[in-house]
Amino acid sequence: MDIPADLETKINEAISHYPVSKRSAVLPVLHLLQHHFGFVSEEGVTYAAEKLGLEPINVLEVVTFYPGFRQCAPGKYHIRACRTLSCAMSGSYELMDKLCSEAGIDRSTVTHHDPIAVSKDGKYSIEFAECLASCGFGPVCLVNDEFHEKVEPEKAKGLLNQYS
Amino acid sequence: MGDIKYLQGKQPHAREKRLIFRNIDREGWDTSIERYVKEGGYDQAKKALKMEPKAVTDEVKGSGLRGRGGAGFPTGVKWGFIPPKNTKPVYLICNADESEPGTFKDRYILHQDPHQLIEGMIISSFAVGAHLAYIYVREEFPEAAQILEKAIAEAHEKGFLGKDIQGSGFDLEIYVHRGAGAYICGEETGLIESLEGKRPYPRIKPPYFPAALGLYMSPTIVNNVETLCHVKHIIEMGGEEYAKLGTPRNTGTRILCVSGDVQKPGYYEVEVGKLTFGELLNDVCGGLLPGRKLKAVIPGGSSAKVLKADERFKIKKGDEEVEIGVEDIPMDFDTLMACGSMAGSGGVIIMDDSRSMSWVLNNINNFYAHESCGQCTPCREGSLWMKKITDRIEAGGGMPSDVDTLASVAKNIDGRTICAFGEASSWPTSSFVAKFRDELIGATDEANASKPSNKEQAAQQRYLAEEPVA
Ligand SMILES: Cc1cc2nc3c(=O)[nH]c(=O)nc-3n(C[C@H](O)[C@H](O)[C@H](O)COP(=O)(O)O)c2cc1C
Ligand code: SF4
Ligand code: FES
Repeated sequence: MDIPADLETKINEAISHYPVSKRSAVLPVLHLLQHHFGFVSEEGVTYAAEKLGLEPINVLEVVTFYPGFRQCAPGKYHIRACRTLSCAMSGSYELMDKLCSEAGIDRSTVTHHDPIAVSKDGKYSIEFAECLASCGFGPVCLVNDEFHEKVEPEKAKGLLNQYS
Repeated sequence: MGDIKYLQGKQPHAREKRLIFRNIDREGWDTSIERYVKEGGYDQAKKALKMEPKAVTDEVKGSGLRGRGGAGFPTGVKWGFIPPKNTKPVYLICNADESEPGTFKDRYILHQDPHQLIEGMIISSFAVGAHLAYIYVREEFPEAAQILEKAIAEAHEKGFLGKDIQGSGFDLEIYVHRGAGAYICGEETGLIESLEGKRPYPRIKPPYFPAALGLYMSPTIVNNVETLCHVKHIIEMGGEEYAKLGTPRNTGTRILCVSGDVQKPGYYEVEVGKLTFGELLNDVCGGLLPGRKLKAVIPGGSSAKVLKADERFKIKKGDEEVEIGVEDIPMDFDTLMACGSMAGSGGVIIMDDSRSMSWVLNNINNFYAHESCGQCTPCREGSLWMKKITDRIEAGGGMPSDVDTLASVAKNIDGRTICAFGEASSWPTSSFVAKFRDELIGATDEANASKPSNKEQAAQQRYLAEEPVA
């Protein structure tokens, strides 16, 4: 696995935030790996385990538990649309349908264990998220690290056009 | 609020009292330490560092401050649970997981006033004797994490963090720790496990009360973002003066987050208990949408029991018992509890008569089924079972007896689990069934009782009905 020097520096810095137990750095190290590679691969798990003096299973069980870690590559722009009550009341399910049809994404294969659907060209991927803590201004979604409020279904195309 | 100007269209309502949100949406405000210090920022930290730690805790006790994260537990009392003869290091954790559906207040503090939180954490760490503190930020707040990291670096540079803060001899490091999209990390012991680099399986209490056995099995104080910010204002005003805000036993201000079917959803900081639900809805939030009637309200995040618009409650007022309706309920901890629900995290979700209650319950059940950590059988199986039943009702396949099954599953989760998620997941179902029973039954069909309810049953029926092959 090819870990560039600046990534390694960031990883070491993250580990230094946990003077009592290196194991505490599992989440931050995985975040850094995911941010760089787009997802956490098998080698990523082994690398993190070696780096932190753990067994790979200790890292893998974390990857498989948290919805925030992915084991497959998402699209270039990854959309997380909130589906929880207040957003659903303001139309988040309709928004999801619109985003999928505009972006050419087929969600029929989505399951609990594989919640992400990717467009054929790999440009967009999408998944439902639970409450993103902006319930008064729904529907809300995250595109990569950017947050959007009041994305009514009719604004789906406009949102996608911001990312092309 | 005097001479403070707020951004166009974001002015606080006249009924608000802005303490924590004083600088939110403020004109000319930014997140830099220079801007913060210009108006007395970090003065309260300097003041507290000259006090005895116990005196700081006593001010917080005297203020009557109750936690804003969900349970409403008195903050000063919690701090006092650190064992007196403790020799292990003490840790402070700020719970910035903000993931209770309906709650959106901490995000504004993190995004717009990070130094207020850091100052609150310096004072609180000093009071409880912590030299290492973490802010557990949910992963879905990437920008907040960056803002906090920058603010922490600034505070370091100006000598408010690190070694010998402001010549007081007190050392403190604060680090940001990002979660990874799991609601259960908001539960304090799940949060601690997560911070230890593991799956966030909550720990059983007793014995694992964090104040005694928390992070790395050391005494750990976990407080919500808003709670920690209040500490700064308590030092500024003095506990006694702070306690004059709000109502007795329900002191101070708190931020109510209103979402759902209202004209003006949003965040409103008010004195606790000084505003009834009706005033919040009609005066502050501009009322319901035209032509609509109130149907139900969830007053403290989705885990709180639902209140029905025409319900009546008997509550104590002084020595008298009085009967009140939903709109008369003052939005405080004690009254909402007396009305059978809770003030929880301050997330108020309002539903009008256009909403189907089986649809709403199904949405909530989906959330809990997705977020159960899976450790306890009643919670793991029960939350999924309740979701499957309401899924079926929503798809038109429900039968009347499903409604009783829902209630019985919910009852069998409540009180039988490791953490309070069990209650959080069962209370919506038990309260919706108790209050909207007829409507839920109306969404089902007796005829479905004789039909197969899933693929396996259908296959079985087909098999049993087939003629045996000769
Ligand atoms: C399932 C569950 C989820 C929770 N989520 C949060 C949360 O997102 N934020 C929070 O501050 N507290 C949350 N809590 C409450 C915490 O366990 C804890 O009581 C709180 O952080 C204590 O802070 P306080 O005393 O300042 O309120 C949650 C509790 C449970 C049972
Ligand atoms: S009650 Fe639910 S969330 Fe809490 S520990 Fe048990 S299974 Fe996990
Ligand atoms: S319900 Fe969508 S942000 Fe809370």
